Amino acid sequence: MSFQSSAQDSNWTLVFVCWLLACVSALGSLFFSEVMGLQPCVLCWYQRICMYPLVLILPAALFPFDRNVVRYAAPLALAGLLIACFHLLLVAGYIPESIKPCVQGVPCSEVQIEWFGFVTIPLLSAMSFLAITALLILTYRRSAQ
Amino acid sequence: MKQKHLVVISAVFLLAAFIVAALLYKSQQSDAALQAYQRDRSTFVRDYSPVHGDPAAKVEITEFFDPACETCKEFYPLVKKLMDAHPGKVRLYARYAPFHDGSDAVVKILAAAHKQGKFWETLEAVFAAQSSWAPDHHAQAALVWNYIGGVGLDIPRLRQDMQSPEVEGIIQQDLADARKLNVKATPEYFVNGKPLPSFGYDQLKSLVEDAVSASY
Repeated sequence: MSFQSSAQDSNWTLVFVCWLLACVSALGSLFFSEVMGLQPCVLCWYQRICMYPLVLILPAALFPFDRNVVRYAAPLALAGLLIACFHLLLVAGYIPESIKPCVQGVPCSEVQIEWFGFVTIPLLSAMSFLAITALLILTYRRSAQ
Repeated sequence: MKQKHLVVISAVFLLAAFIVAALLYKSQQSDAALQAYQRDRSTFVRDYSPVHGDPAAKVEITEFFDPACETCKEFYPLVKKLMDAHPGKVRLYARYAPFHDGSDAVVKILAAAHKQGKFWETLEAVFAAQSSWAPDHHAQAALVWNYIGGVGLDIPRLRQDMQSPEVEGIIQQDLADARKLNVKATPEYFVNGKPLPSFGYDQLKSLVEDAVSASY
């Protein structure tokens, strides 16, 4: 019994970390747009659509702990990850200009922030979605045992 | 129970960190702008810029504006009122920041009108008819001509000046200065190099009043 509850506790912690990642990403994106005044491009908005709901949905899986959280949180994280990867390829120039979905406003291929010479906003987004997806899958596998 | 506390404390901590970071960022930006102004005013005031007010005035308002921007139009009479409240002490420098689609052509008209010494008259006519030539924030420079007839401009000369490299250079320089000063939206005001702490008329008013009482 105590073994089971400590396993449950560590699964809970994994989902809690997912939620922290989602919060930091959401607040970070708001810092870029609302404080620094960087206009989000269309692809950034699509990634926000996937990230922001996680901030509200994940706590619902924490009280009480719901091991099925992967079923409703992972689709958002995966969709966000795919969009972030598309965005990265666009910035890197692997995807030609013609299928770029931005027609006006801020071009998605524009690099607004580059820390240490390689950390861009879409890279941060992709890392965050990747970590959340991985942790959710880990939670599911551990709790299935 | 412990878990609930952990979540609540984390949420409060993250929000507090966000607010502190935002305040630090703003004050750092403000300090940087002020230092830039004290080191070299030229990013804020260029010789070619249209100026309104007493040349001896010690308080300088730099306004980055877009003729198609509604808030710029709303603020124009307010800024004038603010200057009238401190006669001879405040000067206004107009800087171009054509951020709306199609605004650059309208800015060219204004810059060319300035060469005829009629910038402010033209600007007032342009602002007065803004909703007619810029419906839904889409500036249509071709329509502007219908509303500046009463200003008394030499139109053939204006059209020629609009194409001149000088006017193009002025607009590019203003845009470059706007980038340097991190101007992301219009109108953006600097009072003796100080940016608004947050956007609003009251904030502008208190910046100007502080600068006036510091300089006189």
